[in-house]
Amino acid sequence: MPDEKITLEILRYHPETDEEPSFQTFEVPYHEDWVVLDAINWIKEHVDGTLTYRWSCRMGVCGSCGMMVNGTPRLTCAVFLNEFHPEPIKIEPLAYFPVERDLVTVMDSFMEKLQSVKPWLIRNEDEEKPLEEGEYLQSPAELASYKQFSMCINCMLCYAACPVTGLESEFVGPAAIALGMRYNRDSRDQGREQRQEVIASHDAIWNCTFVGECSVVCPKDVDPAGAIQQAKVESTIDWYTSLLPWTKK
Amino acid sequence: MTEIIEHDVLIVGGGGAGLRAAIAIAEADPSLSIAVVSKVYPMRSHTVSAEGGAAAVIRPEDSLEDHIYDTISGADWLADQDAVEAFVNEAPREMTQLEHWGCPWSRNPDGTVAVRPFGGMKIERTWFAADKTGFHMLHALFQTSLKYEPVKRYDEWFATQLLVEDGRCVGVTAIELRTGQVRGIVAGAVIICTGGAGRLWPFTTNAAIKTGDGMAMAYRAGIALKDMEFVQYHPTGLPGTGILITEASRGEGGVLINKDGHRYLQDYDLGKPLDVSDPEHPQKRTMELGPRDKLSQCFIKEQQAGRTFEGEYGHYVHLDVTHLGEKKINKKIPFVRELARNYVGIDPVYDPIPVRPVLHYVMGGIHTDINGATSMPGLFAVGECACVNINGANRLGSNSLTELLVFGARAGQEAVNFAAAQSKPQTGPLEAQVRDEQQRIAGQFINKTGGTERLVTLRTEMNEAMESGVGIYRDAAGTQAACDKMAELQDRFQHVSLDDHSLSFNTELTAALELENMLDIARASSLAANVRQESRGAHQRTDFPPPRDDDNWLKHSLAFRTDDGPRIEHLDVTITRWPPAKRTYGS
Repeated sequence: MPDEKITLEILRYHPETDEEPSFQTFEVPYHEDWVVLDAINWIKEHVDGTLTYRWSCRMGVCGSCGMMVNGTPRLTCAVFLNEFHPEPIKIEPLAYFPVERDLVTVMDSFMEKLQSVKPWLIRNEDEEKPLEEGEYLQSPAELASYKQFSMCINCMLCYAACPVTGLESEFVGPAAIALGMRYNRDSRDQGREQRQEVIASHDAIWNCTFVGECSVVCPKDVDPAGAIQQAKVESTIDWYTSLLPWTKK
Repeated sequence: MTEIIEHDVLIVGGGGAGLRAAIAIAEADPSLSIAVVSKVYPMRSHTVSAEGGAAAVIRPEDSLEDHIYDTISGADWLADQDAVEAFVNEAPREMTQLEHWGCPWSRNPDGTVAVRPFGGMKIERTWFAADKTGFHMLHALFQTSLKYEPVKRYDEWFATQLLVEDGRCVGVTAIELRTGQVRGIVAGAVIICTGGAGRLWPFTTNAAIKTGDGMAMAYRAGIALKDMEFVQYHPTGLPGTGILITEASRGEGGVLINKDGHRYLQDYDLGKPLDVSDPEHPQKRTMELGPRDKLSQCFIKEQQAGRTFEGEYGHYVHLDVTHLGEKKINKKIPFVRELARNYVGIDPVYDPIPVRPVLHYVMGGIHTDINGATSMPGLFAVGECACVNINGANRLGSNSLTELLVFGARAGQEAVNFAAAQSKPQTGPLEAQVRDEQQRIAGQFINKTGGTERLVTLRTEMNEAMESGVGIYRDAAGTQAACDKMAELQDRFQHVSLDDHSLSFNTELTAALELENMLDIARASSLAANVRQESRGAHQRTDFPPPRDDDNWLKHSLAFRTDDGPRIEHLDVTITRWPPAKRTYGS
């Protein structure tokens, strides 16, 4: 059906001219094998060059093109028009983030949260293995215990799905906590105590009310909700352990 | 007021090469301030899309000598042998370093790092993190970079031009996308790490950001682009989208089959196939583990013989991994399964994947020495944007990720040495250069009205000319047509018209600047392909068929920019211990 169309309703906002965001409607040629991003690119190239959004790899790994698609956070390079056709599709910027322009959100606080969990391998002083002695050994089982949490592409869909991030802007949030857990669970890492300051704080795991939407929308099956639950259990054990007379300082 | 920002070292590009260089500098001298300017947030860089792995000798039965020979023969003897030697020697240390920084390499049962076979390699030496190696390497580098306070990132700043003073590179001008302001960033040394230019071609594995910006900046500042006629088609991309299906799928045992069910590579001097159930399958440097240039050329010959499938998005063959079984596919190549299911609706556990050659990598780039230094004092380049040259006429799969690390570290150290030995640049005289650039961008794009050309039209015509003229097989007429087309498009680009005349986050403006960059590079690549009258590696001329012509063409091409188009000069290849020989595959 070469002449078939599909309607996209896109939320527009320009900081230089607009007081409020508003929807604009575009008619786009319908191709069964187009993803939503293809349709948005078609609009920018052929109809309105001012439409503003981020994208790059178009294969679901760079994490740039997350948007609200009919109210749900999705990677637009991985969601097909045929999921909605012939109904219109509503496109909005990721929820709970300030908007820079059109579908581009402000990522500053997300980047700070990522950094706050110290997402790098920490070794005790004097316990660094010299490079000449080769790699740290890590069994496939040890790898498997954190691998899932290392798969996060920083697409921020989990933040846009999490009602707590909407209410508490300081909430460290699902992806950053999962990233902290990724290093905590890595057999090569010795930095858990340093990370606990952030992860076990009120702004992190204890703020999570376990809605679980973060794991539902994650396009890479990272399960940040699981990471947060595990962190809660481990922090609780820490607390009880600290009460035991022989561990008291 | 013109704003000038000052740092000790400036890196343009936040992918694998740029981040490795930044860490090298921070570790070499913690007192230096380091700027990383990138048009995207670093974890969006295209390193993220690399799948199969990164090569470095680690097994006791492997040898540095063999990795060197595989690389040089894979390059059809156009690689510089001193660079290859340095690369291979330093690769194991760099890869181990990345392991110490937390990269989640796949492991053997004893906890050591696992390696897999790859095309053109004599033995298993490709380190991997399942089939998301580039993703894990990039995120490990990015996350590690966060612990170095002297590293100051300028995320979503688009570099437009080099700042040059008395012949020395002292910084760049860049657009801060959020505000649309052009700023000057000044530093004692500058390292370009902006990646390749796969978006010159219409059908590519490359992300949208791969527009050769750094190559074009250096080229316009008078630095040569080297060996731009050599571009790599990866033999296995998905029809339509061009999404990469990693070579690791063949390293793990996948086979290529034509429409008659025949493993056609055996008909092209790549050895004889073993049955997929044979414990010796897949054989190294044989059949499906031949080099990428040859496998892509075999596809075209099969297509010409009418033995490929034909679909909505052109011809294709089958990549069959069904015999690996679900368990191995999920463990070793899970991303292949995800991509095939999502984008072509095929589950490779049960059905073969349709594939065809797709533009993947530009071997050529900014001419540098073995330390990443260019001919302009103060300017360095690393990674796909550079040509050091270890890849010659054909890059071996899994050498490019390691290249980012080895030469990122080298150039970082070299930039530190250079900046330390020089006086700090004076910012005063540079303010005029920054103002000029702001005015140029405003006059040529933002404030301009009445243009007649739309970006998409020009880009599509460029893509078509590159595909038909500078593809897998070339000839004099096709490359000349591409040259002529690029000259015409550069003229028409002067009449380009934008819809977006605003400042904040103007992505139509950046798309225009990217197209301007690509046209310059496309013209250099077309002319270099036109001038080289031989067939070597990935550059196959139907009017000058193989064998390659060492008497006349064992040399690099250097493209210099002039107002009348590129000028091509030549440079001898560095040959040390490995005299040119016949390039053979198939044991």
